[in-house]
Amino acid sequence: MPREKTAVPPAEFRSYYGRQILKTPVWNWMIAAYLFSGGLSAGCALLAAGADLTGRPDLRRVSRLGALASLLASMYFLVGDLGRPERFHHMLRVAKPSSPMSMGTWILSGYGVGAGSAGAVELMPRRLRRSRLGALLTWAARPAGLEAAAVAPGVASYTAVLLSQTAVPAWHEAHPYLPFVFTGSAAASGAGFGMLAAPVSQTGPARRMAVAGAVLEVAASRTMERKLGLVAEAYTTGRPHTLRKWSEILTVTGAVGAVVSGNRRWAVAASGAALLAGSALQRFGVFEAGVASTKDPKYVVIPQRERLNQRQTAAAQR
Amino acid sequence: MSGNSFYGPLHDPAGDAGYTEHPPRVGFFTDTSVCIGCKACEVACKEWNDVPVSGEGDGFNLLGMSFDNTGNLGANSWRHVAFIEQTGKPPVDLGMPEITRQTVEMVGELPDFRWLMASDVCKHCTHAGCLDVCPTGALFRTEFSTVVVQQDICNGCGYCVSGCPYGVIERREGDGRAWKCTLCYDRLHDGLEPACAKACPTDSIQFGVLDELRERAAQRVQTLHDRGVTEARLYGESPDDGVGGDGAFFLLLDEPEVYGLPPDPVVPTRDAGAMWRFAGMAASALVGIAVSAFIGRG
Repeated sequence: MPREKTAVPPAEFRSYYGRQILKTPVWNWMIAAYLFSGGLSAGCALLAAGADLTGRPDLRRVSRLGALASLLASMYFLVGDLGRPERFHHMLRVAKPSSPMSMGTWILSGYGVGAGSAGAVELMPRRLRRSRLGALLTWAARPAGLEAAAVAPGVASYTAVLLSQTAVPAWHEAHPYLPFVFTGSAAASGAGFGMLAAPVSQTGPARRMAVAGAVLEVAASRTMERKLGLVAEAYTTGRPHTLRKWSEILTVTGAVGAVVSGNRRWAVAASGAALLAGSALQRFGVFEAGVASTKDPKYVVIPQRERLNQRQTAAAQR
Repeated sequence: MSGNSFYGPLHDPAGDAGYTEHPPRVGFFTDTSVCIGCKACEVACKEWNDVPVSGEGDGFNLLGMSFDNTGNLGANSWRHVAFIEQTGKPPVDLGMPEITRQTVEMVGELPDFRWLMASDVCKHCTHAGCLDVCPTGALFRTEFSTVVVQQDICNGCGYCVSGCPYGVIERREGDGRAWKCTLCYDRLHDGLEPACAKACPTDSIQFGVLDELRERAAQRVQTLHDRGVTEARLYGESPDDGVGGDGAFFLLLDEPEVYGLPPDPVVPTRDAGAMWRFAGMAASALVGIAVSAFIGRG
């Protein structure tokens, strides 16, 4: 069958010289990178808390450090993307439930205290560790890490609300699915980091977490593409599609690798790296799908016009 | 705060925002049927508010879209006049002052196309997406129920830009902060009408108390319908629409999308409750994944 016949005919709609109606998000790659690093940090913090409670000191150590490093990266990305970075602390003026970014600021602050302290303790030099203060700090690392783990699911999921509570069609319409894509992706990346950095003997939990996270992410992602209707095109065409296709390939490869790698250090590490890359590509793909959906007025006009027409028909029948 | 603080009809946005005593809600009624595309509103706005040049470079960019070289509303364009040339639509007498049938006959045959011209502006929504999502409190509801950015607070996070369902507010290049129409907040304080309404030579832009403007607009639509202009319709005047009604609403002669306006905008905050519920479920799933990963050996 010729290609043109299989394709859905382009929908007819009217517009003002074909110009976009919505503004394209001003956020640049740093926000996509933050979606990844924030999720990674949350995944690592959960892994670290579990490792701490179940006596896996090496896994605990690398995960806490991973959580700290990706938290610092997150803060760099968030401040760096502001139009006036020196005013970043204006975020702390208010706590505003209607603004997911304000809620996120406080969630991230609460998380940062625990994740930051637990990570810093792992970096303490041995000499300091033996002192009385060092002993106290080492003791405090567990409650700090548990506090971070308690807030981590909020860190991993609020970013989906952050994107969805906008007029950006591909983000707004995806609000029932995006949180699951993001928490799945966070679990897969945190677990991937553990697999990459911890000794193989202690990666068991990370590998199980990787599989479950990857399954959630891929399942949610596929459901989203199927259910979104017209705006799914923003995800299934162009660069966002390419990014998300590679994300899926890498995530599935990493999850399979987590199961079949056995005790081969290189194979476990490579699977972990694939999971990290898959998670990052997912975030960039979702981010770019949103950007693309603001540039074409069809994503605004066609669904809204349909909605209006349905309402008018319903009103006429009454 | 009331039941409809974030969505649905809300008669008194300023009161809902916490003002106990405040002036009545004001706004614009832009009657595009009498717009002549002079762009005096754009100029007056720029002059009064000291808004920088629009567009790239020196701003002299020919967009090739009829007489519109402003393009769209943005950080540096707080009024934007759209020009649409429609063929096959004979012009109708809209009751414009000074244009009588005699004078039209004097210039010859009537052309078989019509102009649509419309001066767009920030809608100062009852439920403003930009204001809802602003994380610093820079955007606020004034005592006149308008929506204004406090430039000494804004840190340029850009969330409002994506929060606006009309694509109005924008971050200014080289400045880093978000800018939009203030409905001349400073002039309102001095009892003056906004610069664009003051400059409009045909009263296409009418400023006033919103309730009065709504009555006047309903009468104008009726008048036009009586004269056979059945396509005249109001846009943004209904408190039942997706943003609870606009503080700045319009009389249009074609579908909104023809003017570059969204046909059925909805404030993103409407779905905030559902979004947080889904996020909560996903967060719980993550907890489940993490806990179950540590069950079992190895």
